[in-house]
Amino acid sequence: MSKKRTERLLNLTIALLATRRFLTKEQIRKAVRAYEECPTDEAFERMFERDKDELRELGIPLETGTDEALFGDEVGYRIDRNAYALPEVTFTPEEVAVLGLAARAWRQVSLSGAAGTALLKLRAAGVDPDETAMAGLDPRIGDNDPALQPLWSASFDGWPVNFDYRTPEADTASRRRVEPWGVGVRNGRWYLVGLDLDRGASRVFRLSRITGEVKVTGAPGSVVKPADVDIDDELRRMLPAEPRESAVVRVRPGAGLGLRRHASVRSEVEPGSASGSDWDVLHVGFWSVSRLADDLASYGADVVVDSPPVVRDAVIERLRALAGTP
Amino acid sequence: MSTGGASAHLARLLALVPYLLNRQGIPIEQAAKDAGITVEQLDKDLWTLFMCGLPGGMPDDLIDADWEDGLVYLSNADTIARPLRLAPEEVATLLVGLRLLAQLPGSHDREALDKATAKLQEVAGAAAGMADARVGVGGGTAPDSTVLDGARRALTERRRLHLRYYVPGRDETTERDVEPMRLALVDGHTYLEGWCHRAEEVRLFRLDRVLALEVLDIASAVPADAVAHNLDEGLFSPSAADTVAGLELERAAHWVTEYYPCEEVAELEGGRLYVRLRSGDPEWMVRLALRLGPTARLVEPPELAEQVRAAAAAALAGYPEVV
Repeated sequence: MSKKRTERLLNLTIALLATRRFLTKEQIRKAVRAYEECPTDEAFERMFERDKDELRELGIPLETGTDEALFGDEVGYRIDRNAYALPEVTFTPEEVAVLGLAARAWRQVSLSGAAGTALLKLRAAGVDPDETAMAGLDPRIGDNDPALQPLWSASFDGWPVNFDYRTPEADTASRRRVEPWGVGVRNGRWYLVGLDLDRGASRVFRLSRITGEVKVTGAPGSVVKPADVDIDDELRRMLPAEPRESAVVRVRPGAGLGLRRHASVRSEVEPGSASGSDWDVLHVGFWSVSRLADDLASYGADVVVDSPPVVRDAVIERLRALAGTP
Repeated sequence: MSTGGASAHLARLLALVPYLLNRQGIPIEQAAKDAGITVEQLDKDLWTLFMCGLPGGMPDDLIDADWEDGLVYLSNADTIARPLRLAPEEVATLLVGLRLLAQLPGSHDREALDKATAKLQEVAGAAAGMADARVGVGGGTAPDSTVLDGARRALTERRRLHLRYYVPGRDETTERDVEPMRLALVDGHTYLEGWCHRAEEVRLFRLDRVLALEVLDIASAVPADAVAHNLDEGLFSPSAADTVAGLELERAAHWVTEYYPCEEVAELEGGRLYVRLRSGDPEWMVRLALRLGPTARLVEPPELAEQVRAAAAAALAGYPEVV
């Protein structure tokens, strides 16, 4: 990053905040040393235009107007002090600790700078955190995915993008053209929600499946997110549906705890009972036969499926393939 | 808002000034830590501030910064003494972090969390609405609140814990005494990290697999040589004692490459993949192979492949109609 540029932007900000009246370009050129040193008018104009955009991008409320009595109709600039400043806010030491953890959760992710700056702003009033609040907690937002930064910015600024995307089942990546609506994180993994332009429908993309660079393909503000799209809802759609059916399985006493915790009916053998039964019977809800069969097969000889036949057959098929039984 | 380059740097400087103005004489290390930057970066920032100020360029016009003896003093910066409003992207980072914390059940700190969130939303104004609309947080697996509260109590009171812990890789329930070190929220799960007396090493315990927890009346004593996992590298720490298995995955099993750290992924013909997977527990490998069924083939080591075959054959014995 250019130190000189930062210095120039800071001096410009200070000059425009300090003034009550609008400053003309000429006045600004005299007020900021880096501008004064510009060799030509064009060089100054170009530099000033870029700097104005930069301040506006940061959310600095740059106003234009004119003090007619002084310089006719020439446009002048200043920063609206009231609109600039964060409203007064005081947090308790416990609340500062909570905000600090929320910012810390980003530390391995490319957006940690934005989180850190936000925290500093909120801590300006001088309150320091109560270190005993939230003690021992170490939260992490998620993966530091290279595609996150560009897609995050594209979602906020409304840029259409394209990128190469490869699902695990596909042989090659394919180019996707997307209008981003927002990003979301679930279980540490990042997703993009947006309009897939080639499919004409909304899609959820997993960022780790993006190969190569995210390219911006349009002007900022050209994407309009439909008001009824909720990013949380879109993420929720990826969750498994509620169980619709239930399977009856037999489990060896003491085994299959993972199944027992989700079972609706458990008839367990009394310890030391004389009934002679070697099995507990469980009713396990499911929404996908193959997912349930995968899960049941993983318990090996400790679990036997009684019904429905479709689940029983699916488990037998898996075991046969592995046992080498034709 | 651009989050890199000169404008991000300007944003940080504009935030740093009000923060330092209200903490005259703060140690430079503390200020750097609070700002989430290195002392070297802060030193550079202070030099930059020192070079800036009101038009005129006279010494009186410039920001005055003094940090020679390691304590930071800042003055003559009245024009930028108030922080700039929060940008929507900044609000979004904090709100996402707060929502992540809010997924933890229990009453502990709930009030501070709710109030901090409400105040942030109020002070951010329209930016908070924009942030909410653009960024989502999906729910993770919430741990049982009794278990979580117990773990937190043990951490704050520095006491030893007794756990009944389920190990799904072995379908086994274990009893262990643990010296708690921290609670980490990673990938949607809450983990207790601690020195495990049974394993005689630092272990991570997923709280939703803790069946019962007791805070013991014994002061916790983490061995001096216990090293916490570097979670930036992921949850799994490789060890020389690990079993490494080679698997061939059909398309339907390619998800394995997204869920487990694979040491090697090579493409085979027909859309199949060859992967090498590492685990501290061979039993876990056998269960994974049983789960994958015909969509994968564990090819090495041969003795593990034989264990998979034998486990499948034993399981088939439960179905009398299969001969």
